Amino acid sequence: MELLVASAIGLLFAAGTYLLLRGRTFPVVIGLTLLAYGVNALIFAMGRLHTDRPPVLSLELESYADPLPQALVLTAIVIAFGMTAFVVVLILRSFLEVGSDHVDGSEPHDPATPHHYPDGSARPADRPEGVGIGGGRS
Amino acid sequence: MSHWLIVPVVLPALVAGVIVLALRFDKLLQRIASIASTTACLAVGIGLLVQAAQGSVDVYELGDWPAPFGIVFVLDRLSALMVVLTSALALLVLLYAIDGWDQRGRHFHALFQFQLMGLNGAFLTGDLFNLFVWFEVLLLASYGLMLHGSGAERLKAGTHYVIVNLTGSTLFLVGVAFIYGVTGTLNMADLAVKIPQVPPADQAVLKTGGIILLLVFGIKAALVPLHFWLPATYSATSPPVAALFAIMTKVGGYAIIRVYTLAFGADAGDAAWLAGPWLLPLALLTIVIGMVGALAARSLRWLVAFAVLGSMGNLLVAVAVFAERAMAGALYYLLHSTLIAAALFLLAELVAERRGRDGDSLTLQPLPAQSDLMSGLFFLAAIAMSGLPPLSGFIGKLLILDGVRDSGAAGPIWATILVTSLLLIVAFARAGSLIFWKGRVVGATRESEELAGRSYPALPIVVVAALIASTALLTAFAGPVTTYLDAATDQLFRPTAYIATVLGTEEPAAAPTLAASPEGSPPEIVP
Repeated sequence: MELLVASAIGLLFAAGTYLLLRGRTFPVVIGLTLLAYGVNALIFAMGRLHTDRPPVLSLELESYADPLPQALVLTAIVIAFGMTAFVVVLILRSFLEVGSDHVDGSEPHDPATPHHYPDGSARPADRPEGVGIGGGRS
Repeated sequence: MSHWLIVPVVLPALVAGVIVLALRFDKLLQRIASIASTTACLAVGIGLLVQAAQGSVDVYELGDWPAPFGIVFVLDRLSALMVVLTSALALLVLLYAIDGWDQRGRHFHALFQFQLMGLNGAFLTGDLFNLFVWFEVLLLASYGLMLHGSGAERLKAGTHYVIVNLTGSTLFLVGVAFIYGVTGTLNMADLAVKIPQVPPADQAVLKTGGIILLLVFGIKAALVPLHFWLPATYSATSPPVAALFAIMTKVGGYAIIRVYTLAFGADAGDAAWLAGPWLLPLALLTIVIGMVGALAARSLRWLVAFAVLGSMGNLLVAVAVFAERAMAGALYYLLHSTLIAAALFLLAELVAERRGRDGDSLTLQPLPAQSDLMSGLFFLAAIAMSGLPPLSGFIGKLLILDGVRDSGAAGPIWATILVTSLLLIVAFARAGSLIFWKGRVVGATRESEELAGRSYPALPIVVVAALIASTALLTAFAGPVTTYLDAATDQLFRPTAYIATVLGTEEPAAAPTLAASPEGSPPEIVP
């Protein structure tokens, strides 16, 4: 069982990390969600894996399942849920205002295939040359 | 058990709720409530500081559950100092913001109070998982504040900021899970007891957990190479928020100091001083990136943002050697760099407002309105930030340089800090002469004449002057302040009284023994 759970957590983290590094905001959010699932399972597994054990400590019991990780996971789930809701709204708002769902706020420039921004211009109006360090390139 | 300890957390939480629910449409009452709450936090914080200065450690058991079963708040010299610093900074920033910035978006005051609550909670908690929760509270409030006023540039930087910090939160949980898995506790005082007992077979898991936590705190503290969120965030957000965020990087610094002296300190066996070898080279790199970035900045706010990055590097270098004198220097530098970074962010906005269309970009423009006053303030703030005498930046760097002398890495640290200080001086001198000096060559344009004829509110200028004056006070009272900080460092490096008080293994009578420490540092300090 340990190997199975450990591999599943590893898979979730691998997929989450891959998606987190994608260029569009939607895969990034999915990646964050997968990472949150992975970490929830990890916290749970850190209380050791048991079956058929009561989750309370009592003097009569010889062994029990640690209840604390379950409480921690509950907190972590609530926080991750709230954060995901917030980040979804944020990227939607960002997409509507910036006009691109690329994480850098503008499409990566490819000289071979000219493209247009939603407002039809070659570069977004709100992005003047030299916005800052490394910001002059669009 | 005095209930005052919980006030800096509960009060802002209640006031924030009242502001959202009852005062939503009344901006005057919002401002009054917000300022009253922040002032009360400051007053309580000073009371707690006076109490902590006696040398005792106070514990507040939430729900009366004794540690390590329940969550505890712990007051020692360092946490009291951080609460006072947070409240003082917040009050000044709030006074700046009520000049109009708070009305450029909704719920500024409520978010501000929640932010204050999260910061105070993070500084007071004695539990690692609770620290995670407070991080989330302060981050969620900071997401709202960071986007306050909106705008495309801000949303773009905000998306990066949020995603980076969400990843950091996930890693925090991974670290916490690893440490819980091998120690079975998350109370920091209990960790200090349990970590030395971790069997050799579990050491790898423990150390991995510890290093992952360093990664998380490094993200908060903008440690290179985890710093990429900082310059864009600080330069894109509204100036009062950027000024308040001066304390946000310090939360990361505080967490590093707390966790790696208490849980992974001298007594941690195989995992003792876990952070040092990783932190030191990265902190040196942070200084270099920060100061070179400042030199390359094309606007005043980018310059300040990179100077803040560099100052975090200075702070973390002094932390990374984990020696007592260096730590005291780091704490002094922490006070200084928080106040002066806030002053510079606000000042950059004042200058931008007086230069009109081109704002704070470092290009040749006519002189800003009120150029004598602005250049005077900029001159003083730049002196303090770059660490020239007589202001507190100089004393801070001096204490750090002196503290790391016996560390074995003194050569590289001295060379890096001294050379990068020169870079920062050049960067500030160039920016200042371009804005306040060469502007004369251009002469006046219609826009600059119109700006010069306008009248400007006095309150923001007073706030900036007060922040700069506070660094002067920090210089004038450097003696009492460093005495307090030496005592705070002593508590950090000899946590027996802290652990005993939190776990209730000894009567509180153990506390006074700390005052009679081998160093003979006087316990009675009135800063």
